[in-house]
Amino acid sequence: MFETIGNIMAPLTAIIIHAAIPLTIILVYALVAIWGERKIAGFIQDRLGPMRVGGFHGWAQSIADLLKLIQKEDIIPTDASRFLFKFAPFMMFAASYAAFAVIPFSSDYIGSNINVGVFYLLAVTSILTLSVIMAGWASNNKWSLLGGMRSAAQMVSYEVPTIATVLTVIVVAGSLNLMTVTEMQSGNDILGFLPNWFIFQNPFLIVAFIIFFISILAESHRVPFDLPESESELVGGYQTEYSGMRWAMFMLAEYADMLLLSLLGATLFFGGWNSPFGEFMAGPFWGFFWFMLKGLLLVFVMMWIRWTLPRYRVDQLMHICWSILIPLSFVNLILVALWEMIF
Amino acid sequence: MIEEQILETGKDTREMTINMGPQHPSTHGVLRLELVLDGEMVKQCRPNIGYLHRCFEKYAESVEDYAKVIPYTDRMDYVSAMNQEHGYVIALERLLEVEVPERVEYMRVIVAELQRIASHLLGIGTFGLDLGAFTPFLYCFTEREKILSIFEKATGARLLYNYMAVGGLMRDIPKDFKSDTAEFVKTFRPKIKELNDLLSYNKIFIDRTAHIGILPKEVALNYAASGPVLRGSGVEWDLRKNDPYSIYDRFDFEIPVGKGEVGTLGDCWDRYIVRVREMEQSLRIIEQALDGMPEEGDVKEGIPKRIRPKEGEIYTRTETPRGELGYYIISDKGASPYRVKARAPSFVHLSMLPAISKGALIADMVAIVGSIDIVLGEVDR
Repeated sequence: MFETIGNIMAPLTAIIIHAAIPLTIILVYALVAIWGERKIAGFIQDRLGPMRVGGFHGWAQSIADLLKLIQKEDIIPTDASRFLFKFAPFMMFAASYAAFAVIPFSSDYIGSNINVGVFYLLAVTSILTLSVIMAGWASNNKWSLLGGMRSAAQMVSYEVPTIATVLTVIVVAGSLNLMTVTEMQSGNDILGFLPNWFIFQNPFLIVAFIIFFISILAESHRVPFDLPESESELVGGYQTEYSGMRWAMFMLAEYADMLLLSLLGATLFFGGWNSPFGEFMAGPFWGFFWFMLKGLLLVFVMMWIRWTLPRYRVDQLMHICWSILIPLSFVNLILVALWEMIF
Repeated sequence: MIEEQILETGKDTREMTINMGPQHPSTHGVLRLELVLDGEMVKQCRPNIGYLHRCFEKYAESVEDYAKVIPYTDRMDYVSAMNQEHGYVIALERLLEVEVPERVEYMRVIVAELQRIASHLLGIGTFGLDLGAFTPFLYCFTEREKILSIFEKATGARLLYNYMAVGGLMRDIPKDFKSDTAEFVKTFRPKIKELNDLLSYNKIFIDRTAHIGILPKEVALNYAASGPVLRGSGVEWDLRKNDPYSIYDRFDFEIPVGKGEVGTLGDCWDRYIVRVREMEQSLRIIEQALDGMPEEGDVKEGIPKRIRPKEGEIYTRTETPRGELGYYIISDKGASPYRVKARAPSFVHLSMLPAISKGALIADMVAIVGSIDIVLGEVDR
């Protein structure tokens, strides 16, 4: 009897713990990142940003925001499709959260060490598109519908160059398992001192990274590709009708998505949890530190771009994707493959 | 009808009518555009105004005194209040044949040109904001704040000044006005370069504004466009040079016109860059005016005790940041004007929106509305 309970409880506990770790990371990161984004915006825009709540540079601002958002009235438009309207934000967050399962946070910790990690991640994040269309359609608002339709076009298109550049790394690594991909990048052998990260291994992989970075900007709807919401054209796009915590879920999903894709970039191109200094400051804990540092640096660059550039128009966005990035990424894939054959 | 069409063609090709505004963030408050959309393409655009209407002209006819109209002119175009006042007092001065002291003229030119810079900064900043660039907007606002602070010292108000009077000024300048203004001129020049680096010559910004909302020269003239909108189409027409008022004929400055540098002549980028370059020219005028301004003189000596023009009518026009502002005043010897009509440039520019927005995308609509830089207070009057 107890044995049976034990048999069920042990894996259940393991699942709960494994599920809680990425969730904690996302939530803590989101609180810091929202504050950080506002401070970065403040710095770039020659002002202070939040200063009031919580003493040092308004560090408690995102907590205060959260409390405010919880108290807000939950509005659902009269003729909205109620179930889809309520469900969309959760589905959006679930999609980016589920993808964290295969992210190797440290040499000792990965949610699920499966052999098709990259494949799983790309498959799960494509649900994001669905939830945006769902939100846009269910809102019963023309602006939201336009936002939803735009996002369908945008995210489906940008998935192609993202996958093509991820493929280039897979060609070099020869594995879809993100843990294996990371382990292959350990050591400092290039030119005697550079770490064995994929970005340094091959000149075409630098091109691949640039394409990858542009594509993930579009995938996580950040400026200059934030067309699904584009507040000054579509009044907020798919999230126009959302208020309070439902809106906050969209924001949380956006931030989680930014982190997810940045961490994927760090894993594929910047050696994941490997220390940049060989054995110095290596190990499971430092691995986590390095990994988050690399991911957060990419997130920082995304924020920096957001507060610098204007927004592209929807047809220009499509032009960039289909006539520039996709051909370039496939040519690049072939060149990387040739390089691997020759050297 | 639509159902039949669907059955016949097998396609549902209904057009969507959508309201852009009045609460839309890019219609600057209270403009409503009815857009007929085919997908994202605008097939028809109907501007719908009147959400801010407050009867300026009717008010002007019912106040007790000509001078009491001045605060109302402030409220017409609240972004360039000084220029509105300037236009109105010039009209009255010509009607009354009042001499304006030298020092007052210089002061008026300085504040009018500062106001032109402030207004263009707001126009440029919100234009960038409409296209998703948030940072240039705040940079522009920082600079605008400096001008408003100068105005605050001089007039006591930051937005609606009530500063000019018929034949003079309400107050004399504060003692550090000249040094503040000179300091602003010095620090503002590098900021224009910064703005050019950040926004004007940004690849994405050019992609969004070049070849968009093209306003050919003939169309612009037919619609009686003026100001930066007309100059963006390549017409060298500026009332400060072509029909000089006040003391503008004494200053040396150029009229920047659109040349189609990065796109077609008369596109949104041309209208934008004309504003940026006008700010540089305004700085030149301010510098010259600061140098030439007489040190001594009372600004109030010319103000008539009682404004009672003889029977007659007058039409004067001045160059505001948005274009030609005309005041048509009829006097019947009474204490208040018999009729006041303002010819507002924004109203004229808004009326040509349907002509230049056909075939544009929604995102282009935002760019076009931003580039003609309308102030709804002036449209609705």
